[in-house]
Amino acid sequence: MTMHEPSLPKEWELVVGLEVHVELATKTKLFCGCENKFSHIPNTLICPTCVGLPGSLPVMNEKAVEFAMRLGRALGCEIHPSVMARKNYFYPDMAKDFQTTQYDQPTNADGQLALADGTVVGIERAHIEEDAGKTTHVGGGGRINDATYSLVDYNRAGVPLVEIVSRPDIRTVEHAKAYVSELRDILLAIEVSDAKMEEGSMRVDANVSVRPTGSDELRTRCELKNINSVRSLGRAIEYEARRHVDLYTNGEAPRQETRHWDEEGGRSTAGRSKEDADDYRYFQEPDLVPLAPTSEQIAEIDASMPVLPAARRARLGERSSVADEVIVTVVERGQDGLALGAIEAGADADKVLTRIQNDLAVDDWSAVTSESLAMLIQMETGGELTATQAKQVLGEMAAGEHGGDPKAIAAAHGFEAMESDELETLVDQLIVDHPDEWSRFVGGDDGDRKKMQGFFTGQIMKATKGQADGRAVAQLLGQKSAG
Amino acid sequence: MSALDLASAVRSGERSAVDVIDEHLARIEARDSEINAFNLVTADAAREAAAAVDAAVAAGKDPGPLAGVPIAIKDNMCTTGVATTCSSKILEGWEPPYDATVVQRVAAAGAVMVGKTNLDEFAMGSSTENSAFGPTKNPLDTSRVPGGSSGGSAAAVAADFASLSLGSDTGGSIRQPAAFCGLVGMKPTYGAVSRYGLIAFGSSLDQIGPFSKTVAESAALLEAIGGHDPLDSTSIDQPAFDLTSVLDRGVEGMRIGILRELSGGEGGVEGVSADVIARTNEAAAALEKAGAIVVEVSVPSATLGLSAYYLVAPAEASSNLSRFDGVRYGLRVDASTTGEMMTATRTAGFGPEVKRRIMLGTYALSAGYYDAFYGKALKVRTMMLQEFASVYAEVDLLLTPTAPTTAFQLGDRTANPMTMYVNDVCTIPSNLIGHPAISVPFGVGDDGLPVGVQLLGPALSEPTIYQAATALEAAASGEGSLS
Repeated sequence: MTMHEPSLPKEWELVVGLEVHVELATKTKLFCGCENKFSHIPNTLICPTCVGLPGSLPVMNEKAVEFAMRLGRALGCEIHPSVMARKNYFYPDMAKDFQTTQYDQPTNADGQLALADGTVVGIERAHIEEDAGKTTHVGGGGRINDATYSLVDYNRAGVPLVEIVSRPDIRTVEHAKAYVSELRDILLAIEVSDAKMEEGSMRVDANVSVRPTGSDELRTRCELKNINSVRSLGRAIEYEARRHVDLYTNGEAPRQETRHWDEEGGRSTAGRSKEDADDYRYFQEPDLVPLAPTSEQIAEIDASMPVLPAARRARLGERSSVADEVIVTVVERGQDGLALGAIEAGADADKVLTRIQNDLAVDDWSAVTSESLAMLIQMETGGELTATQAKQVLGEMAAGEHGGDPKAIAAAHGFEAMESDELETLVDQLIVDHPDEWSRFVGGDDGDRKKMQGFFTGQIMKATKGQADGRAVAQLLGQKSAG
Repeated sequence: MSALDLASAVRSGERSAVDVIDEHLARIEARDSEINAFNLVTADAAREAAAAVDAAVAAGKDPGPLAGVPIAIKDNMCTTGVATTCSSKILEGWEPPYDATVVQRVAAAGAVMVGKTNLDEFAMGSSTENSAFGPTKNPLDTSRVPGGSSGGSAAAVAADFASLSLGSDTGGSIRQPAAFCGLVGMKPTYGAVSRYGLIAFGSSLDQIGPFSKTVAESAALLEAIGGHDPLDSTSIDQPAFDLTSVLDRGVEGMRIGILRELSGGEGGVEGVSADVIARTNEAAAALEKAGAIVVEVSVPSATLGLSAYYLVAPAEASSNLSRFDGVRYGLRVDASTTGEMMTATRTAGFGPEVKRRIMLGTYALSAGYYDAFYGKALKVRTMMLQEFASVYAEVDLLLTPTAPTTAFQLGDRTANPMTMYVNDVCTIPSNLIGHPAISVPFGVGDDGLPVGVQLLGPALSEPTIYQAATALEAAASGEGSLS
């Protein structure tokens, strides 16, 4: 099939809201003492309550409520007195044939999520609910209506979830992807979920519609399900938006419905229409008491809140002048503490950050300390190490060589930057050997000058096998051309 | 011999628990084919448990306050490895893997379960005629119903099949059969007795309570089953009541209100028969004679209870009974798809009254009808709570008839559900507001069958209620008011 165009025609605007289900990393399930973990052996993590046996009753997991409130506060939500509700529908993996969730009185409401580029997406609510079990339909078409038989595993039944519902504030695919990344970073930072999309502990549904650019109407939306990665989210939204534009362009209109994203086929297919949707007959769960967190509890949560990714980025931004992407990467990798420490210890901030971004993309960097990193950067800026040498030394520091001591590593390699008079002799010789290039450096436009600076630096590095300090070379070239 | 005398004889070694149980099993054997109080008689397990009690006594261990007392358990309370049916085909043969908290507690107190008693299917009814296993008959007159829904538990005590029994009361299901069978029946404060393991009908209304021949036995059994249970979130966090020590404190100075709306007064509910009103007035006179101050009071919203109840209880039931879908336990009627299997199972498994209430409740919760029905019923509950609270500022307890009539003929009210529903008019308010109420026998009606009168009190007023009930019991058996 033909792939769709990557972006919408400019007369159309994308409108996206995201619903993200996050599994909370509590030790036990939401309403019983069963372990909350993954098991390959079906129906081994179950009890009368999570299988919904007659007479069983739920007891609220206080840790799950605390985690949910922590997430709410991290998203800037107000925490409200809340109640659990029953959402009634028949499905074999929903043990009680109703889901215990929150309806008109959710725990968290009215927050926002700031993306790395400063865009703010409103959060309508973040409510607590239980997960269902898992059904495998065997035979026939593999769907509930035509399977030969179905197998149900209730291990996941009753696992605590928070569903985070954004407002339809997202206007680009990039923002949708950034929203999910940012949310994942927050979840990891506050340690309430492992937030793995591929493993299902973070599940994203996208409500997609389009409208004429400049309009503020909200047109019919479709809810996309079965999105398993951030990349898949981008593709699904793009496809769906194009589909809507095509329909409108042909004088048709989309139907409000749930659609299934087919990652392999790169398209969405129609699911249940919202018109014939179930009436869930929500009502307050009589087996649970209302949740009424005290202001002390909320204050405690706020006090124990770690610095969130946005603030961590801002902290680095204030201290450096590197590009945003560098800071985003460093914070995403959780290396911002290391960087801050090195900067506090007196190392050049921009050098610290770019060095980390470029040369510390490893899983385990625990052998690198703020102090050793600061020392390395200072050796580099002081001319003791060239850029190339510094890169190599950092790699070995991360690997724990010589106790991670940059001086010891550099000494072991015999690294020492060239003396400047030695370098000057080399530069003079190069100018003589390459008169055309030199005149272009001296008299050319900015482009030429830049190009030729690269040429001369490259030649020097070649001649010195990388031992020369690139900055010293640039300085010498500048001096020579000026005078 | 009362349960308390039996227990003390067993505890002292004067009587063997096995003998006591055998004696009761023999009575069951002789007469239960006629009465049909039991869905299941657990003779072997009962003899084993009794032998264990005797062994404990012989070993000098404390066998518990109810040592060797035969007790019957309503068949909607879970018993490990013992079929628990709710008198429904849909659960026929299901053996729970766990005990209800009350079942554990009576066993811990030394009582011995002799069997599971018949009920209106899923506790929906007022005559025990809605059972999939045939009606229970009133031991005092086998042409009459024993009341319901806990008719089997009432009949078991009335026929001396057991000294004590447990029932559940959602709208009067303990108190009305107690009245019909000449017994004491208590519905405790909502949350005073754990519902864990009680198969839910109306979760916000259900409460387990005792049947007995005397007030003192009732108090002892409530002491044994009451108190906080962490497995029931609606369980009140306080220790079990101390009731037996306050029984004889009398009613001197106690303020008792005759609740006009439920006692045949003007503007009140219709259909309360003259003999029942007469007994209620005599009960009031007896209390006055014993030193109480009796006044007439009014709670206008009490007359709305029946309508509110028949929205709230079916609404909750429609959700609670969803889980009986053939997937995990009980009856399964196979069909070609999962959905058809669920429908076929529920069609074959539920009786007509259960289906009627599921439909009623589903309708009351439906989108577009919620506010007019379920929502309005919740408002009535709130209003009743306020009106009762203001009455309890003036009086300690209220007095009303328990049921509008004495036990009626089998088959008399099965044709028209409404004639059955009005039976609960006096008992329903206590369930809607979660307050305790007791039915105490007080004389007989024109047909010679027992009349019960009801004492109502505010939440956790059980000690006061038992005090007054003891006084009423004394008056009823004494020379005084019963001419």
